[in-house]
Amino acid sequence: MQIKPILSALRRHKAGTFLIAMQIALTLAIVCNALFIIHQRVAHLSEPTGIDEANIFIVKNEWVGAPDSARVDAMMRADLQTLRQVPGVQDATPSNSYPLRGSGWDDGVKLKPDQLQDSSGSTIYFADEHFIDTLGLKLIAGRNFRADEIGHMDMRYKLAPPVVIITRALADKLFPGGQAVGKTIYLIGGPATVVGVVDLLQAQSVERWASDFAYRSVIIPERLTLSLGSFYIVRARPGQLDAAMRAAGKALFAQNPRRVIADDDGLLSFSEVRSRAYESDRGMAILMGVISIVLLAVTAAGIVGLTSFWVGQRRRQIGVRRALGATRQDILHYFMTENLLISCAGVLVGTVLAIAMNLWMVTRFEMHRLSLSYLVTGVVILLLLGQGAVLAPALRASRVPPVEATRSV
Amino acid sequence: MFGYYLDLALRSLRRNKILTALMVLAIALGIGASMTTLTVLHVLSGDPLPGSSATLFYPQVDPRDMDGYEEGKRPPDQVTWTDGNNLLHAKRADRQALMTGGAVPVQPAQSNIDPFFSDARYTTADFFPMFKVPFLYGRPWTEAEDNGRARVVVISRKLNEKLFGGKDSTGQTLRMKDTAFQVIGVLDEWKPTPRFYDIYMQSYGSVEDVFVPLSSSRDAHLEHAGSTDCWGTGGGDGEHAETSPCTWLQFWVQLDGADKVAAYHDFLVHYSQEQKALGRFQRPVNVALPGLMQWMDINKVVPGDVRLQTWLALGFLLVCLVNTVGLMLAKFLRRAGELGVRRALGASRREVFTQLLVESGVIGLAGGLFGLLLAFVGLWLVRKQPSDYASLAHMSLGMLLVTFVLAVGATLLAGLLPAWRACQITPALQLKSQ
Repeated sequence: MQIKPILSALRRHKAGTFLIAMQIALTLAIVCNALFIIHQRVAHLSEPTGIDEANIFIVKNEWVGAPDSARVDAMMRADLQTLRQVPGVQDATPSNSYPLRGSGWDDGVKLKPDQLQDSSGSTIYFADEHFIDTLGLKLIAGRNFRADEIGHMDMRYKLAPPVVIITRALADKLFPGGQAVGKTIYLIGGPATVVGVVDLLQAQSVERWASDFAYRSVIIPERLTLSLGSFYIVRARPGQLDAAMRAAGKALFAQNPRRVIADDDGLLSFSEVRSRAYESDRGMAILMGVISIVLLAVTAAGIVGLTSFWVGQRRRQIGVRRALGATRQDILHYFMTENLLISCAGVLVGTVLAIAMNLWMVTRFEMHRLSLSYLVTGVVILLLLGQGAVLAPALRASRVPPVEATRSV
Repeated sequence: MFGYYLDLALRSLRRNKILTALMVLAIALGIGASMTTLTVLHVLSGDPLPGSSATLFYPQVDPRDMDGYEEGKRPPDQVTWTDGNNLLHAKRADRQALMTGGAVPVQPAQSNIDPFFSDARYTTADFFPMFKVPFLYGRPWTEAEDNGRARVVVISRKLNEKLFGGKDSTGQTLRMKDTAFQVIGVLDEWKPTPRFYDIYMQSYGSVEDVFVPLSSSRDAHLEHAGSTDCWGTGGGDGEHAETSPCTWLQFWVQLDGADKVAAYHDFLVHYSQEQKALGRFQRPVNVALPGLMQWMDINKVVPGDVRLQTWLALGFLLVCLVNTVGLMLAKFLRRAGELGVRRALGASRREVFTQLLVESGVIGLAGGLFGLLLAFVGLWLVRKQPSDYASLAHMSLGMLLVTFVLAVGATLLAGLLPAWRACQITPALQLKSQ
């Protein structure tokens, strides 16, 4: 196939050629970045929490009135006892927060008391000895808390538990390559000995600002006794989640009615927690997907439209070529190659545009750098799209009979 | 003449239905997507207090110790109890209010309503006149009541309807956390968007249901909610929040005039120097006095995703327009013969040009109308989302107008190049080739 005659033909259609190339370039730039955003969001919302999500639900319990810390502790213990006896409930634990909640207590961890900068950020989870079993965490070193180690504190006291359990991610950060169990870390209130390490436990927030300490959590052996209330994390026996949820709310009210468990978010299964935490990411991914598909469709339609016009305009030339011995294949190839040339030009410009657009988004929207594979994918998609779109008009062109050469339009 | 062009345009559009539909659809999709996202962006980045936002400022000082100090960072987003009260009582601004958020258990007198939690705001007297808060019944509390730690409460219209059936409830008693408060005022509908005064609370929610004097909230041990940021020996303890080194309050001032703003900035610098001399502040003096809208910008109150979607939709519109330019170019050039005849029969270049522009205008108008429909569908979809701003996504008259101007303007612009190219046709050549 000779390229030179194609180029000289295109030179007579500068505006049209330019427009198609431009459209392909813009589409490539947008689709590449959209695909990249989709991938990012999907990867983000597939991050594991490390807990037994299928069987866990959360009770948000708020106290009415103004109980003091000791009273709250007593009521919490009574509640937990009640919850653990509810049919269908495997175990329950109190906490100030849970993964994907989006707010809670984040604090710095230091290795020396006089350090000026924190060694790492972390999420602080208050817990009792049932925490690990209830959440279904995997203890990979050391031991669980003993029942006699569990205390209670309100915000008046400093955060200074004698022992803590930390996550593997935090252990690796603080003691790279070393053994964390038995070491001392410094929380805001003072030193604490690490007695255990659990495998995976996500921080309470999955927002961008918390990504520095995504899986670094510290588990504190205290019940946090806020007079406002706190959370109970409950693990149902497999397959009994719904029944256990309904029964748990009733049992708590029967045990002590001076409380509020709100209708909208008082009882949440963990799958609801997950969908609430990631709703904007999922929405964004879907939107990007829809826009990409529509964009590709519009571009394809544009190519079909413009090429059809060119074919209509060149019927006589095609007839002449056919009369002079060109086969149908030759005509088909001619239009396919013509489109390939335009697409290549568009893709070339589009690659530059895509990178520029990504760099701009990096500065404006805390985006990561575009990886090369998305560019390659985008380029392949658009070249295939161009060839696919041009096929119908090109086939129509190849069916132009040689006798057309002798007709006037 | 316009009528004739319109007739020609409609005939031509009818002749090639698929191409016309394609062009209209492309424009409509681009316009629909752009208008949906632009409307959301417009609503979210609006001025919460039109007319008075320019006089509202958010003073910031840096009371932290040297732990984790980095030069050039902004002062904390909130103030400590001590600084807040010092600045409040200094009264250097035209109006000033210190505040924080909270949640209170409301214990209704009626036995048929279960106790429930309400969002609350603990603040000082100037809050209401400074933010021009409308009252349905009663009055805001006074500075004297602030100082006297009066057990008074102002409630929202919504809460008044729930508890008192919408009647004038001033003088009634409201029990919260085992303490009796007297209702002295009921707010009228008030929905500043974004809810600017506390960036740590939902930016697009409704305002709180309960307003209590800050001093009384401390007395009654009402729970504080929102961000608490501590350093040194601070433990975020709600009971000792007056003395702990923690920032947990918002402080707003009203300054009428640029000279007052400059003077207030100087005052903040002097205050910081004084506190440093006293040994309370340790860092180099670091103050800021952003205006309301600037404060919204700094804190990126408008979600990044919304801005990203807007840019994306505009990019989409651009591709749709390029597409339309290409298709119109093809269409107009294909009619070279017809245009040649018109030119030969005496139509001037200008007339042919106008005729073609009318045709692209018709496409733009159709695309705009259809796009508007799509925008309504889009906004309806946005409202179905569970995000806190979902309910705000409504088309306004202004945006409606913008839609049409954008649709028709963009299509006319897109029609310029094809129309110009088409009227360059030499009539003789066209006629000869027939």
